[in-house]
Amino acid sequence: MSAATQQAKDNNLICDMYEGHAPFKPRYVLPDYQLFLQQGSKYLELEPAQDFDDALNNLMILYHFVPSVTNIPVFIGHLDQLLMPYVGELSEEQIYSKLKRFWIMLDRVLPDAFMHANIGPSDNIVCRTILKIDAELAQIAPNLSLLFDTEKTPESLLLQACENIATTSKPHIVNHNMHKQKYAEKGYGVVSCYNVLPVAGGCNTLVRVNLKGVAEQANSITDFMQVQLPLYCQAAYELIEARCQFLHKDSNFFDHFLVQEGILDEKRFAPMFGIYGMAECINTLLSKEQLQGHYGEDQNANALALEITQLVAKIVDQTEVPYGYHGRALLHSQGGLNSDVDVTPGIRIEYGTEPDPITHLMSLAPQHQYFTSGVSEILTLEPTVRGNPQAIQQLCKGAFNHGIGIFTANVATNDLVRITGYMVRMSDINKLSEQGSRTNTTALADGAIKSTHVSQRQPRVVSHEFNHWQNK
Amino acid sequence: MNSIIGKINKIIHFSVVDGPGSRLVIFLQGCNYNCINCHNPHTINHCNSCQECVVTCPPSALQTIDEQQPPKYSTDICIGCDTCISLCPINSDPRISEISVTEMLTEISKYASFIEGITVSGGEATLQFKFVKSLFEAIKQDTHLSHLSCFIDTNGSLQVDKWRQLIDVTDGVMVDLKAWDQQVHLKLTGKSNHKVKETIKYLAKHNKLYEVRLLEIPTVTDYLLRIDEMASWLHQHASGVKIRINGFRHHGVTGKALALPQATKQDTNSLKLSLQQHQFEDICISGAFI
Ligand code: SF4
Ligand code: SF4
Repeated sequence: MSAATQQAKDNNLICDMYEGHAPFKPRYVLPDYQLFLQQGSKYLELEPAQDFDDALNNLMILYHFVPSVTNIPVFIGHLDQLLMPYVGELSEEQIYSKLKRFWIMLDRVLPDAFMHANIGPSDNIVCRTILKIDAELAQIAPNLSLLFDTEKTPESLLLQACENIATTSKPHIVNHNMHKQKYAEKGYGVVSCYNVLPVAGGCNTLVRVNLKGVAEQANSITDFMQVQLPLYCQAAYELIEARCQFLHKDSNFFDHFLVQEGILDEKRFAPMFGIYGMAECINTLLSKEQLQGHYGEDQNANALALEITQLVAKIVDQTEVPYGYHGRALLHSQGGLNSDVDVTPGIRIEYGTEPDPITHLMSLAPQHQYFTSGVSEILTLEPTVRGNPQAIQQLCKGAFNHGIGIFTANVATNDLVRITGYMVRMSDINKLSEQGSRTNTTALADGAIKSTHVSQRQPRVVSHEFNHWQNK
Repeated sequence: MNSIIGKINKIIHFSVVDGPGSRLVIFLQGCNYNCINCHNPHTINHCNSCQECVVTCPPSALQTIDEQQPPKYSTDICIGCDTCISLCPINSDPRISEISVTEMLTEISKYASFIEGITVSGGEATLQFKFVKSLFEAIKQDTHLSHLSCFIDTNGSLQVDKWRQLIDVTDGVMVDLKAWDQQVHLKLTGKSNHKVKETIKYLAKHNKLYEVRLLEIPTVTDYLLRIDEMASWLHQHASGVKIRINGFRHHGVTGKALALPQATKQDTNSLKLSLQQHQFEDICISGAFI
């Protein structure tokens, strides 16, 4: 690693998520569960699934073998598509009780809110039943995304999801029309917080650029755009390269049975190129130029952010990497770490300065299309919305119309609250200090809540995705 | 170009409590009631150009341009401190915009894909009858906006022959029934409720009554006392109507309204229970008051 890159890292302008430069496993792994159910596994001595019980059982077994920094998988599959072929003659009640046990098992055995299940875009009994159970149980795990496709998803299914949001702030709703072309025929999965990655592959490494820090180095907008930002992007690429070389060449990871059995494909792994601190970056640059304007509120500020996003997207598009998806990294609006102080995650608007939900969505929507591997806004809605879930539905459809990639809402005063992209139960946070918690992410969120004063405001997002004690 | 002007107190782009779904709400200045419990007294009167608020504005967002005209207000300087409205001697507000129907259509277009419709509220929206009527007509005629539903939030004091002119372009109306008895209503609002009852009858008959709103103020309103009479009248003239119960709270009120008792959860619940016992099925209690 060059001295300049080392220095950029030491100054926290670029960051490798504290995983060290010799990672032994990829950061996010998305097994091809469909293939696994169809063919079984030699290594695990499992026959192909014959019925619904087999399918659930085999999935649960495989979840324990999916490599992950937390040892809990960040992606557990497009569950309705996986399970529908095995429904057979089962009645609605039978499906309900089997899935309910499965859902409780997931939360108790793999208690981590980064574990992400996907459902939709088509309407089916498994999808509906999962939504029903998820609202009843109101667990932090698994994280849940409904894929919404204007052609395939009926309004009534979207409304059911919005009714769930009104009481539990889950699921995320994903703009499938926008994402479905991605990653060829095996498609994408939404994993961990809101990362959009190739199925049968994933993310080998995540490196992020601190836009706030880079803006502080720049003496003008031109200097930022023409000199500083490209410079630190190159440094980030150097980090990516070093880490990928190790993982793909020296780590032996790709001898894993999942790769040998075709459930993972080395070619479908790519680095995520994250940026964060856009809000502070814009405000810093504007004040250096003695210009008025505040990110999220003013046209000129939002336009500058769009220019920056386009510039980074161009760099990512033009920079070849040896271990990428078609030779490229994937741009990501990164959620932050709990060591971040006074930096807003990704391209989000600073906490406490958000405009009304519609203005909020409209001011950020133009940037969303550029973040191939995920970007999210979390809207905080008034509790009165509980009596009016159609309003959430309309907000979501309007958001997708304007190009928002993933729609996520927290309803203030719900016990379940979303932190960055994952869930915590406020009542658990309050118990934690006395009794400890059985879930991984609750302790994480407690740190986040204390360090960001989130509980003194409306329940809202907190700025990190993983913290490093978990990665050791 | 439609140059009919509305005097607008404010616009909210996303509301979930002013009719079905997600709505853009336009608050019109001016009201003909003088409710002792008013939550927005600064929307009652039109500015008389006295200029008193100009010197009190901390960041000088208000300026006297012409002594005969309301002060000039600059949004980008205003810090939203509300000093002006708390000091205005006549319950008015210097931050009113005069917006034409055409300009309003442009504003609504920006938000059209996020909303189910618009609601005009106030003040008392129907006092600016011409503006409301031509705004709704214009929306219905605009190919990009005609899918939006047009709702009115009203105190019900508009005359029936005026409602008749609005009925074809209006999709739904929320009517406040502030008290059942004439005298109680008069004491509370300064006006009798005769026209309110006529309004409810007329709108229900034409399927445009979206909801009747009851604001429970313990010891002041008479809904529970007169429940039998009120219930049978509503069943007769507005059968199946949705009823929304709001409980009076001190939040946002000033002056003598603070002397009125607040409604507890129990107060609103017992009104709901009593309405249920009188065969009303569609009853909700506003979330903000729980
Ligand atoms: S808003 Fe009130 S104080 Fe200000 S000029 Fe008008 S009437 Fe006078
Ligand atoms: S709210 Fe009124 S007094 Fe306060 S800054 Fe705005 S105009 Fe001036």
